[in-house]
Amino acid sequence: MYKILKKEVLAPEITRFKVAAPEIAASAEPGHFIIVRVDEKAERIPLTIADYDKKEGTITIIVQAVGFSSRQICNLETGDSFLDLVGPLGKHISTEGYKKVICVAGGLGAAPLYPKAKSLAENGAEIITILGARTGELLILEEEFSALSKELYITTDDGSRGRKGFVTDALRDLLEEDSDIDLVIAIGPMVMMKFVSELTKPYGVKTMVSLNSLMVDGTGMCGGCRVTVGGETKFACVDGPAFDGHLVDFDEQLRRQRFYARYEEEAKVHGHAGGEYQCHLQQ
Amino acid sequence: MPSATIRTKMPEQDPKERIHNFNEVALGYSKEDALKEAERCLRCKKPACVKGCPVGVDIRDFIALVAEGKFVEAARKIKEKNNLPAVCGRVCPQEEQCEAKCILGIKQEPVAIGRLERFVADYARNMEETKRVVTGDKGKVAVVGSGPAGLTVAADLAKKGYQVTIFEAFHKPGGVLTYGIPEFRLPKEIVQDEVDKIKRLGVEIKLNHVIGKIKGIDQLFAEGYDAVFVGTGAGLPRFLGIEGENLNGVYSANEFLTRVNLMKAYKFPEFKTPVYVGKKVAVVGAGNVAMDAARTALRLGAEESIIVYRRGREEMPAREEEIEHAREEGVVFKLLNNPVRIIGNDEGFVTGMECIKMELGEPDDSGRRRPISVEGSEWRLDVDTVIIAIGQSPNPILLNDTPDIETSKWGTIVAEDQTGRTSKEGVFAGGDVVTGAATVIEAMGAGKRAAQAIDEYIQKKVM
Ligand SMILES: Cc1cc2nc3c(=O)[nH]c(=O)nc-3n(C[C@H](O)[C@H](O)[C@H](O)COP(=O)(O)OP(=O)(O)OC[C@H]3O[C@@H](n4cnc5c(N)ncnc54)[C@H](O)[C@@H]3O)c2cc1C
Ligand SMILES: Cc1cc2nc3c(=O)[nH]c(=O)nc-3n(C[C@H](O)[C@H](O)[C@H](O)COP(=O)(O)OP(=O)(O)OC[C@H]3O[C@@H](n4cnc5c(N)ncnc54)[C@H](O)[C@@H]3O)c2cc1C
Ligand code: SF4
Ligand code: SF4
Ligand code: FES
Repeated sequence: MYKILKKEVLAPEITRFKVAAPEIAASAEPGHFIIVRVDEKAERIPLTIADYDKKEGTITIIVQAVGFSSRQICNLETGDSFLDLVGPLGKHISTEGYKKVICVAGGLGAAPLYPKAKSLAENGAEIITILGARTGELLILEEEFSALSKELYITTDDGSRGRKGFVTDALRDLLEEDSDIDLVIAIGPMVMMKFVSELTKPYGVKTMVSLNSLMVDGTGMCGGCRVTVGGETKFACVDGPAFDGHLVDFDEQLRRQRFYARYEEEAKVHGHAGGEYQCHLQQ
Repeated sequence: MPSATIRTKMPEQDPKERIHNFNEVALGYSKEDALKEAERCLRCKKPACVKGCPVGVDIRDFIALVAEGKFVEAARKIKEKNNLPAVCGRVCPQEEQCEAKCILGIKQEPVAIGRLERFVADYARNMEETKRVVTGDKGKVAVVGSGPAGLTVAADLAKKGYQVTIFEAFHKPGGVLTYGIPEFRLPKEIVQDEVDKIKRLGVEIKLNHVIGKIKGIDQLFAEGYDAVFVGTGAGLPRFLGIEGENLNGVYSANEFLTRVNLMKAYKFPEFKTPVYVGKKVAVVGAGNVAMDAARTALRLGAEESIIVYRRGREEMPAREEEIEHAREEGVVFKLLNNPVRIIGNDEGFVTGMECIKMELGEPDDSGRRRPISVEGSEWRLDVDTVIIAIGQSPNPILLNDTPDIETSKWGTIVAEDQTGRTSKEGVFAGGDVVTGAATVIEAMGAGKRAAQAIDEYIQKKVM
């Protein structure tokens, strides 16, 4: 059992948890994620390690309630525990040798982006951050990013905070102005990462994205997380989740994310009761 | 001794009924069945059957005990050599092992050794308390992976007086027994029961520990383990590498079976992990894994479940019994056909699979006749789910983290057959990670030999 030491609501539907997991914290690096299960009947849910404290033996996760399982996680309280928590998983990313990096976060993407930005900054990179969200109240980690960024830009779809528009609008201006950017990291909804990658390509700026593919085990044994990168099939959980955005087949990923859409509805509607699915087995 | 020429039948669930449930297909012998079948054994002076068993179960003697009605004693006899009889009695390919060697098999049907093994194991299951062994002080051993190989090593070493910790990546122990082989062939309750017995021997199981990620083998040594056994299996799914393989509706057998067995997707939405099964399902491959996937698909409501295999009936690697069960349940076999591409619609869901007809040529390296495609014979199979079951290789996570363990070009660990010793000091390995995908009993056999070798290794070091 992995105990929740602290819970904070960062924005509507977005919750931050600090969890006691000393062994995982000890091995955690930027780019890593974990998989949690709340109870015996729960799904295995992948979540990025949004921060870690090796001395304290804790990791931080930030969860957005988008469906049944993520909401179930967000309903946990300080003192509750996760039944299962496995990690660190995924390939860590190298954060050394960069001079000037633009970090682009869409909505909850700020959470997985944070440990990478922090590590880049610690290794001497100058950080420019663009935080985007649908609306102002969904912006998260503004203070944290502002503390490590030389410049911070905010965009919202509805204009309630910062510039009205998309992160790509702000990014285009920066790329036009500044030619010595050596890396763009973009994390957010799949479509956003797709458009950011398309935008940076003509500028020839290396672009890293982090894919949130559907996963089961997270250790390379199911292949459910497959993604086409540069024409080759990769497993996001072991070869990623960070990949070169210019090589990812985003359209395929967008389709794969819709695979279980029908079942998500059912899980929500049926809650814990047995549904249609079970009945046909008993016929 | 009067003996029937035909072996005693084992009652089974009616195929029409069983495709609507996940309950066990084979129902097991009654006491009377077992007594009758045990009578058939000739009590050979030099029992040939034993030579067919990878762990050398004392088949003649346990069957003699069954014939005397001493079922618990019979179970004890088996357990001298085999820690998981309830599992092996169900899933061992007996027809190629012990039963293939039984002398009765020359003229009539061999003794149903597997069925008898299953009967006594089930009979004795709740009769005997495993003796609680106080964890010993002979040394500390780490076991990576809780499949049959890991469980066997752990049990044997605990009995010898070692303190054993198993590290398992998943949230449940058992390896393929838990996530791969379906409930209707091997009830998970039985696996759990065996695992509980091993825990009662004092073995600690640390779940959710992916060795190579949370910590490496060198760290295990630094933490004071005297030896490490690697039994991580062959869990990396192979794909065909054809067009359309990433469409929605294409699964590896591993993913499909894991969703159903480990995550209990067949009880969705009570259990929250879904599994998509269309009306028509094609399973590519013809091993046990393919049969399990095809039969599982039927139970999840598929109207048609089709095995597509590039060789012929003779070459199918699955157990005879599994092929027969699949056929009884209505699985269709499209043999001598190979998929060339998978076809999808605009939303990215599978709508069909293009296949090409095959012919058999000269035998290849594996001794099986090589399939050759018949030019211009492409045809389309309309399906909405495709499950790829063409084999697995060892998962490289641990091995990438431990480059000083020598591996073969197939990604398997190079280990001495008799001891499991690897190129890295103090590290032993066995099971599918060494042999490539094989069988439960072979993994257990390797575990037994490794336990012996680990004991010798540590004792030598101590002296
Ligand atoms: C490596 C990795 C790291 C992740 N890190 C985080 C994180 O730090 N914080 C966080 O809140 N979420 C993260 N996610 C996404 C998170 O796992 C999903 O939001 C969660 O699985 C949704 O489950 P659900 O049952 O609540 O929603 P569902 O009911 O399954 O889905 C609800 C909606 O969410 C969408 N969705 C489903 N699965 C995903 C997914 N994997 N990614 C994105 N959208 C999805 C669906 O299309 C649907 O519209 C990460 C995913 C991966 C693979
Ligand atoms: C669907 C299916 C049906 C089968 N049917 C039969 C049958 O009828 N009869 C038969 O004899 N055989 C059958 N087999 C084969 C048999 O199950 C295997 O040969 C056997 O399980 C191998 O045992 P093992 O202990 O080597 O590995 P596994 O059973 O594969 O166990 C390995 C364990 O190690 C864990 N692991 C992997 N990497 C790590 C890591 N880095 N850290 C921690 N843990 C790790 C895995 O999660 C897993 O639990 C079947 C296999 C499958 C997939
Ligand atoms: S363990 Fe398997 S091979 Fe050995 S006797 Fe039992 S069923 Fe036969
Ligand atoms: S070979 Fe057959 S008949 Fe002889 S002891 Fe073994 S099981 Fe009995
Ligand atoms: S999640 Fe199963 S292989 Fe990546």
